[in-house]
Amino acid sequence: MEKNVELNRIGLALADYKGKPSTLCPGCGHNAISNQIQAAVWELGIAPEKVMKISGIGCSSKSPNYFLDRSFGFNGLHGRMPTVATGASFGDSSIKILGISGDGDTASIGMGHFKHVIRRNVPMVYIIENNGCYGLTKGQFSATTDQGLVLKHQGVNILPPLDLCMEALISGAPFVARTFSGDVKQMKELIKAALSQNGVAVIDVISPCVTFNNRDEALQSYSWGREHEAPIQGISHFTRREDMQLESFEEGTFREIQLNDGSYMVLKKIDKDYDPTDRHAALDLLTESYKYHYFATGLIYFSEVPPTIQEQYDLPDEPFNRLTSDRLRPSKESLEAINISLY
Amino acid sequence: MIQDTTQKSPQGNDRIVNEICMAICTVNGSGSATANSILYRALFRMGILTSGKNIFPSNIKGLPTWFVIRASARGYTGRVAHDDVVVAMNAATIQKDATYLQDGGVLFYADHLQQPEIRDKEVVTYPMPIKALMKQVDVPRNLQSYMENMLYVGIVGQVLRIPEEVLKATIDHQFRGKPAIAESNFNIVKLGFQYALENIEKKDHFYLEQLPELSDYILTDGNNAGALGSLYGGLQFCAWYPITPATSLVESAIDQVGKLRKDPITGKNTCVILQVEDELAAAGATLGAGWAGLRAMTSTSGPGISLMTENIGLAYFTETPMVIWDVQRVGPSTGLPTRTAQGDLSMLYTLGHGDTKHVILIPGTVTECFEFGWRSLDIAEKYQTPIFVLSDLDLGMNTWVTKRFQYPNQPVERGKIVWEEKLEKFKDWGRYKDLDGDGIPYRTVIGNTSEKSAYFTRGTGHDEYGNYSEDPKNWSDMLNRIGVKLKGVVKDLPDPIIRRAKADADIGIIGMGSTHDAMIEAQDLLAEMGIQADYMRVRALPANTVVREFIASHARNYIVELNRDGQLRQILSLEISEYSEKLISISEIGGLPLTAAWTAEKIFTKEKKGGKKR
Repeated sequence: MEKNVELNRIGLALADYKGKPSTLCPGCGHNAISNQIQAAVWELGIAPEKVMKISGIGCSSKSPNYFLDRSFGFNGLHGRMPTVATGASFGDSSIKILGISGDGDTASIGMGHFKHVIRRNVPMVYIIENNGCYGLTKGQFSATTDQGLVLKHQGVNILPPLDLCMEALISGAPFVARTFSGDVKQMKELIKAALSQNGVAVIDVISPCVTFNNRDEALQSYSWGREHEAPIQGISHFTRREDMQLESFEEGTFREIQLNDGSYMVLKKIDKDYDPTDRHAALDLLTESYKYHYFATGLIYFSEVPPTIQEQYDLPDEPFNRLTSDRLRPSKESLEAINISLY
Repeated sequence: MIQDTTQKSPQGNDRIVNEICMAICTVNGSGSATANSILYRALFRMGILTSGKNIFPSNIKGLPTWFVIRASARGYTGRVAHDDVVVAMNAATIQKDATYLQDGGVLFYADHLQQPEIRDKEVVTYPMPIKALMKQVDVPRNLQSYMENMLYVGIVGQVLRIPEEVLKATIDHQFRGKPAIAESNFNIVKLGFQYALENIEKKDHFYLEQLPELSDYILTDGNNAGALGSLYGGLQFCAWYPITPATSLVESAIDQVGKLRKDPITGKNTCVILQVEDELAAAGATLGAGWAGLRAMTSTSGPGISLMTENIGLAYFTETPMVIWDVQRVGPSTGLPTRTAQGDLSMLYTLGHGDTKHVILIPGTVTECFEFGWRSLDIAEKYQTPIFVLSDLDLGMNTWVTKRFQYPNQPVERGKIVWEEKLEKFKDWGRYKDLDGDGIPYRTVIGNTSEKSAYFTRGTGHDEYGNYSEDPKNWSDMLNRIGVKLKGVVKDLPDPIIRRAKADADIGIIGMGSTHDAMIEAQDLLAEMGIQADYMRVRALPANTVVREFIASHARNYIVELNRDGQLRQILSLEISEYSEKLISISEIGGLPLTAAWTAEKIFTKEKKGGKKR
């Protein structure tokens, strides 16, 4: 065994969280996301077998193949990822769900499912790898492309973009974040915090398509992102409270939030007035940032998690898919009673 | 026109006992359903085999609706096209409703409606003073029209000689647990009954008489049976979206899941029913649950199947078990949402793009809806593929006298799901590897903690381990293995039901699903007309050798179905192509259940013409 390999709290190395080699374009923003997902899950000490990856169709949706090889994966249909996740979430509620989607998948063909999976509060981390274009079909506009953008074969985009964080907020998501493939530290901390929550958590990752949509003026390009990124807070996730170095924070400049799994998220304030638990403020932030062309990243909204869809059903605590058949078939006597009642 | 034996005109003082077809014509939303079901159940309680078909509009309130009761001590309960008795309660339709009466028929009508003109036939007419009688009782305004219906129960019941105590027992059953409501209903029924007893002189020929109890039978609808069958089949997850006529299947499950599906150990729930945003989501969530190792089902009708198609194709190719009920209505398009048809068969059989073929179970009785409810879940898990259960509005929404539900005679079949211990024993497991030579691979599901257990499920090309592959051989091996798997499934599908003619038969008649009662009657009618025919009801596709042999052993096989192009005939012609010349299509569209007389006449005519023409 190799020496000096760092192990997480369950004794696994980062290599145990790897996936297959990526077949996306070199430099693709999505590869950064894959890397941060595996780092986040490893740092949290979640066994890969305790995670399932579900995706739709598109470059983004191919990416679950490139991380967490030891996790179950489901690469399904365009836009339908949230529906599969809804059903699969009942199989064993101890398994964390990573839903991986793109802007075509979520903002166009699957918009209805996106909003309804939030409404149902299916416990999952819903990651949108948002590159503002259709990559796998070679560079068409998506519903998040900025109005007026010019692409090679498409001409001018005549329609305004949808803001998926805003859609998530309006649908009632208790955790809404936006981050950037060029800001991997922030991305990783947000993924860790999202995985530590019980409900649906939406992370819109602006993730450049280096092949079809990386011109400087594109909202989803590396250069636009780097020049305009305005993090609304610094964010750090801690599994244990004692790991926090609170003394380094100036009084009143940070906010400590305990997450559902007992871990902690510390938000270091940048904009002193911004309160991520205020939904109106979050909507204002998103409106303003588009209007004034800055790229607000970080934890946009956070609230107490409403009951998950599983919690609405009073199911046995053990994994639902391990219930033995004798617990699933009613008695012979009960059928006899039904027969009598129908006479 | 051949003589319809169910429609004999009464002569002189003949009494016609326990053979009656009665149409009750009311206004949708007036609360007649309870009244009609009391009359229906009363006949059943008298030991008379009976059917009750609700012919209703796609409307909540105000349009005409008909409830057609056919009682037949001989057991013929298919629809007939004419009425012996009409109970007219709807001003808008009374003129037309009366025209369905034949000679010797009986018209009961609310006397505030305009009495219909009846020409060219003898009809006994009984006016019912509904409004006048209602004045004698104190009924809240909002229950007025509902209780008016209870009056005709009493009047019609008395005239047809349903004993008062049977009506009482039926009402007590209808409102069990609510004695006060039962009593107030019975008081109105009794008022009508008493009125008839004192004022109506019986001039018609129709009598109902008590027979031995139908103790092996129950009264319920196919959707309720399908729901119960699924719950007894260990259903754990059902995602659905409302659509007529499938809605009541899931609603029946919702009504009963709480009582039936409490975990015997923890007392918690063991079945989830979730209404989602559309049929795409219903199929997607059902697929996700099946993939995760849950017994999963969804229920819809034709338009919903159209929306579910993509996900079902994905389930087929990822080899994910799920059950899909299609309670058919009339298509194409929105079609006739409240009428019945068998037009989805072809669509289901090869649903989805690319190379597909699906297993379809086709219940023909309500009891079979129960049985196929649990069997479909077993077959889906055993073969790791979507299984359709093809019902229809007639079977699903109408109440039928049917055999009591039988408790499943086989243990729950979970198929080749492997957990940690067994998985460790495999030397070289792959999710899509055919280790047993039957085309069925072993599958793992989420939560398996073995390092070897995970695999990547994808709708794209994959190898035996689930890895992405565009290799031509991988692709063809994968599709061909699925083909092998689906050849194997045939042995686990129900045999057709065959009812032989009383003498050697040269021809066969073939049907499926809810036309069963009409087909049996047609078979007997044909015999009376001098044509011996064996009858076979296909209960599953792909067809098995019993179906093949039946077809082979008859010179001509008439396939009777409720769709335009003869879809079952088309499929059997392809699958059993060596005998395709022996298959002749008899098809009927229009949205109403099949009638025996029409069927027999069609076949009779074709046979007289030499029987060789298609």
